[in-house]
Amino acid sequence: MTDAPPRVGVITFPGSLDDRDALRAVETMGGEGVGLWHADHDLRGVDAVVLPGGFSYGDYLRCGAIAGHAPILDDVKAFARGGGPVLGICNGFQILCEAGLLPGALIRNASLRFVCRDVFLRVETSQTPVTSELVPGEVVEIPVKHGEGQYVATPEQVRMIEGEGLVVFRYANSRGEVGGAANPNGSLADIAGVRNGAGNVVGLMPHPEHAVDPDVGPTGGQPLFASLLATALERAGATA
Amino acid sequence: MTFTFEVLVTLKPGLADPQGKAVEASLPAMGFANVSGVHVGRHVRLDVEATNEATAAAQVEEVARRLLSNPVIEDFRVLQSATADGAA
Repeated sequence: MTDAPPRVGVITFPGSLDDRDALRAVETMGGEGVGLWHADHDLRGVDAVVLPGGFSYGDYLRCGAIAGHAPILDDVKAFARGGGPVLGICNGFQILCEAGLLPGALIRNASLRFVCRDVFLRVETSQTPVTSELVPGEVVEIPVKHGEGQYVATPEQVRMIEGEGLVVFRYANSRGEVGGAANPNGSLADIAGVRNGAGNVVGLMPHPEHAVDPDVGPTGGQPLFASLLATALERAGATA
Repeated sequence: MTFTFEVLVTLKPGLADPQGKAVEASLPAMGFANVSGVHVGRHVRLDVEATNEATAAAQVEEVARRLLSNPVIEDFRVLQSATADGAA
C-alpha cells in the first residue's frame, strides 16, 4: 500500500451537469478525481465510479434511458460485478435503474413541479460504500434538485427492497422522522436512495457533491464522500 | 427488404399520468366536458432492414423491451408493420 489517494472516476455523458462538482467534491475530501467519458470502454483503473447528475442525452425517451446503454456502461457493469463501488447521483441514479444495476425507476415528481431545496435524509444502512462511516438512524442534510425523482418499483421489487434492506436513505425531517412534508417528490415509502443486493452499487436523488463545502450550504455530503473514499482506498489496497 | 414498425409505449395502469391529466383538464373549457380517461403515451416508428418480417419483428420486440420501454413503469405494443414500398 502507498499513500496515494484513492482514485474516483466521474463519468461525463452528453448533458451531464454535475460532473465537475462531483470531481471537486472528491478532491475536496482528499481523493483523486478522474474524468471518464461515456463513449470510452475505459475506467482508467479507478477504485470507484460516480455517475453524476444532469440530463444525459437530453433525457430523451426517459431520464437515463439512453445513457443506460452507453458504451462505458458495459465497463461499469463489469466493475460492479467485481464488487467495485458505484455511486449514481440524481440522473446517475436514473441511469443505474435504467441499466438494471438498481431496482425500481424514477418518474415525475408527484407535485409535477421541479423541486430545489435542502432535505434531510435518514440513513437506513451502513452496508454501502457511501454510508460505511454513518450509522442507521443518523440524519444528513443534502440538497435535491430534480423534476423526476419520484421513486417507484413493482410490487415484487418492493418486497425485495424492503425485505432485504436495500433502502439506503429515506426523506425525513431534521429529527429523523420519515415521511409527510419531508418527502419532496412523492417517492414510494419515502425512498431517497437504494442499493443493489451485493451492496456495492448505490443510487440516490439528492446531491451529496453539492454539500461538502461549508461556505455554500449544508455539509451532509461530506460523510458520504468520506465513506466512498475509504471504501475506494480499501479496494485500491486490496487490488494493488 | 425494409419493414416499417410502430411501437406504442404506455404507462402501466395506476401510475400517475400528468400529461394525460393536463390534456383532460383543458378539454371542458373547449366544450368537451364529456371526455375522460385521457392517457398520453409515446409512439416510435422504425424502419428495419431484414431478409424477412419475422426477423425484423423479433428485433423490434427486443428494441422495445430493452430501450423504448421500461418494464417497471411502462407497457409496449408493436402496432403494425408494412414494407417500405407499401406492399403488405
